[in-house]
Amino acid sequence: MNHHDADGARERAGGGAQRPGADTPTGRAAAGGASEPDSAPQAHGRGRPELVYYSSTSGNTERFVRKLGFPALRLPLRAGDPEVLAERPYVLVTPTYGGGSVKGAVPKAVIRFLNNPANRALIRGVIAGGNTNFGEAYGLAGKIVAAKCHVPHLCTFELLGTEREVVAVRDGLEEWWPRQQ
Amino acid sequence: MRAVSGVEAEAGTGAGTGGGGIVPAGTAPSGGGAGTGAGGIVPGGRPVEAIDWNRIQDPKDQEVWDRLTGNFWLPEKVPLSNDLPSWATLRPEEQTLTNRVFAGLTLLDTIQGTVGAVSLIPDALTPHEEAVYTNIAFMESVHAKSYSSIFSTLCSSAEIDEAFAWSRENAPLQRKAEIVLGHYRGDDPLARKAASVMLESFLFYSGFYLPLHFASRAKLTNTADLIRLIIRDEAVHGYYIGYKFQRGLAAAGAAREELAARLGDFALDLMMDLYQNELDYTRSLYGPVGPESLVADVERFLAYNANKALMNLGFEAVFGADQTAVSPAILASLAPDADENHDFFSGSGSSYVIARSVETEDEDWDF
Repeated sequence: MNHHDADGARERAGGGAQRPGADTPTGRAAAGGASEPDSAPQAHGRGRPELVYYSSTSGNTERFVRKLGFPALRLPLRAGDPEVLAERPYVLVTPTYGGGSVKGAVPKAVIRFLNNPANRALIRGVIAGGNTNFGEAYGLAGKIVAAKCHVPHLCTFELLGTEREVVAVRDGLEEWWPRQQ
Repeated sequence: MRAVSGVEAEAGTGAGTGGGGIVPAGTAPSGGGAGTGAGGIVPGGRPVEAIDWNRIQDPKDQEVWDRLTGNFWLPEKVPLSNDLPSWATLRPEEQTLTNRVFAGLTLLDTIQGTVGAVSLIPDALTPHEEAVYTNIAFMESVHAKSYSSIFSTLCSSAEIDEAFAWSRENAPLQRKAEIVLGHYRGDDPLARKAASVMLESFLFYSGFYLPLHFASRAKLTNTADLIRLIIRDEAVHGYYIGYKFQRGLAAAGAAREELAARLGDFALDLMMDLYQNELDYTRSLYGPVGPESLVADVERFLAYNANKALMNLGFEAVFGADQTAVSPAILASLAPDADENHDFFSGSGSSYVIARSVETEDEDWDF
């Protein structure tokens, strides 16, 4: 690598990376998305993957899910919020919590959602967010959910997800999803 | 130091330190301003507020506090002396490189423990945020001390002195310290957080690479275990400070878009400045030891972590996949499952179809 690479990176950023605040979920975090799919019902084509996801106020997983562009249902932030029910098969997208131990790695909102057998019956796979800094616990929430629900742990992504991760997951889901129907 | 956010912190006013120049007067999140800093100590000011952990304004403060305290460790628990036989197998230039890497890391942890994390306290939006920064500051001092544990285990005092002397004279190392210290001592709260995230999530990694490299060759594995504990801590620090940076932006209200654009340019300029300097620093460290392929891989590791620093601040990654393709051995040394070829879609991840059994002790699960 040489100094030109830095210039290349700057050009790729197009004079400024995507702004936080421009589309961070603050303000809509607990909005209707908790009980309503983000997209209109007619957008749910039979061949399109559907997602259920949890994202805390930091919004990393929300950012990743938006970049994928599939219909997505957000799980509620607070324990007191109304329960969410899945109506169709879905892939779960969840961040990994905690400092590396199994306990606490899966967000409570995800556990609450999966404790409902009707929701559990419709899960087809899991994608986990994380950070390789956590070593063996990288994406641990995905492993735990996969083992408990007997579905594939499809992949992991870091933080907001890089462009490469977004493309790989989008293409992978589009190719794989129709075979799950 | 120029105030990037355009509004300078009202230094010395005591009350109203919450949010510094970003939060318009009177709109600071409830419970934040009064309790933060030493506001109430100012004569005629508001009464001194005691921190109440039963009234949480931002649940992220509690979450991160729990995570940080749950991760607490001390270097004494790592059996570093088991690395002595391995240390003896390193070439003299590899030993010198190792000492200098750890001296450089010690310098950064010293800055973050005594200046960086502490400098964030006056701008905290909640009293619990202040408490989290005190934890971060303390752990950075634990990190700095843990390098001394490594030194005292592996090196003579003459070698230790050489490494610290080198850290005083190495121009790129001194320059990166000056760049971040300039922002820490500056008057812009959000610039301070951005610089702090750069340090936590990017500037350490030219150094972290080396123990991961040795561990991938089954050398200095206990030292690598200690470094992995530090790497885990830095992830939480970078995440949390980056989160508070984004909260600061969100609090700007109507001015948010414009402020985000200005800070986006600022963060990218700062990153590129630091990145160029890290290339020089990496060359000064690893160049004399070589081979050239090692220097190139450290540079890819820098770009990989630069992306993560930007993402912690809420910005998109800027380095492309070709620039961040760190060798699989290093990624595996960091996180065994980090190799992107292990995902289910690529077809090589068949082990994920039936994931290996995971014991969940959590009483929250009903099945």
